Amino acid sequence: MDGVHDLGGMHGFGPVVREENEPVFHAPWEGTVYAINRTAMGIGLYNIDEMRHGIERLPPAEYLRSTYYERWLATIERNLIEKGVLSAAEIDARLAYLREHPDAEPPRRADPALLERVLRGARAAFQRPPTGEPRFHVGDAVVTRNIHPKGHTRLPRYARDKHGTISHYHGYYVFPDTQAHGQGEQPQPVYSVAFDARELWDGAAEPRARVYLDLWESYLEPA
Amino acid sequence: MSESHANGAAHAHEHERESQAALRTKAIESLLIEKGLLTTDVVDQVVSRYEHDIGPLNGAKVVARAWVDPAYKERLLADGTAAADELGFGGNHLKVVENTPTVHNLVVCTLCSCYPWAVLGLPPTWYKSFEYRARAVSEPRALLREFGLALDESVEVRVWDSSSEVRYMVLPERPAGTEHLSEAELAALVTRDAMIGVAKVQAPVGAEARA
Repeated sequence: MDGVHDLGGMHGFGPVVREENEPVFHAPWEGTVYAINRTAMGIGLYNIDEMRHGIERLPPAEYLRSTYYERWLATIERNLIEKGVLSAAEIDARLAYLREHPDAEPPRRADPALLERVLRGARAAFQRPPTGEPRFHVGDAVVTRNIHPKGHTRLPRYARDKHGTISHYHGYYVFPDTQAHGQGEQPQPVYSVAFDARELWDGAAEPRARVYLDLWESYLEPA
Repeated sequence: MSESHANGAAHAHEHERESQAALRTKAIESLLIEKGLLTTDVVDQVVSRYEHDIGPLNGAKVVARAWVDPAYKERLLADGTAAADELGFGGNHLKVVENTPTVHNLVVCTLCSCYPWAVLGLPPTWYKSFEYRARAVSEPRALLREFGLALDESVEVRVWDSSSEVRYMVLPERPAGTEHLSEAELAALVTRDAMIGVAKVQAPVGAEARA
């Protein structure tokens, strides 16, 4: 999707502001959001590609004015509603209840089996057995396709219709462009592709710089 | 509005957004708990793991091991996933990229915030910022100068935009004057910033005199 999240190379942003010794979570709700998301994905309510695409679908102005974990909260809510786990009415009713009863706390109990499942689910497991032969090999010259899908993709705008070189072959991985839309894993070869900075940025390129992107085979054509 | 009035209004607005986010989080949390899809215990444990257990000290140990053990370094560069798992820091598909006197690596995720959390913990806010995500791929040298790292033009800069589930970690150069340090002492020198690529590892003060 050609959304505002696709920030690579965008102009107008100033210096990176850094907070020294920042806490992992700046407020308890951020930690809770992190845990809810890990749990929801761990038990298969939605997958990581659906999670990312939920953030991408925020209206641009809302995306830009939201904090990181506000965007996570938004995608959790959107995905849970779209998957039929919660309804918007339920959430609104609960919000109204909590405004009236701000000290209400959820029941506390332990579920070691759920915790184990969530922690196991956090381990990345996106590689798949090969279902064919990779089309490209290290050293091959490739050109990225000028795709503009309305849905989820991991080919950024700055790297479309650009010439690069295959640097490394990672193996077969789940394909986000389908997995984000309930169209199955459809694993494909993924390559690390090197792009010269001048190819991407023309005269604005810094000297002796390259950008490496991990790209699925269907994003590429032989050059 | 006066500046102090405008700042006050901005802070009040930010506080209001925070309160709304906290309330919304509580609503969703409580509903999921009632439906048996979440427990407070899972929330507490996950938060605790990422606040205390999983952090850059993991990556620092990987780096220190690679510096003292050439065979481990070879395995690390060939298959980062397996090598990190050897030390108990598995969880990501991992590729480790090596800094040399002629190559400097920098890691970013322009599209969201992908990061090698199993070896570095959760990413700092600046890594997830629009500024970093926009500028790291197009002006890495200028960005690194702002971070206090000036690279010679003869050094090639490689920016790794983490667009897949493969996560990237930089193996920084071992600084001169550290030949006598133990593996644990070496690990203590390795910062998160050096493993993202926005800094180099510094030798301890006085190391040059000892070398």
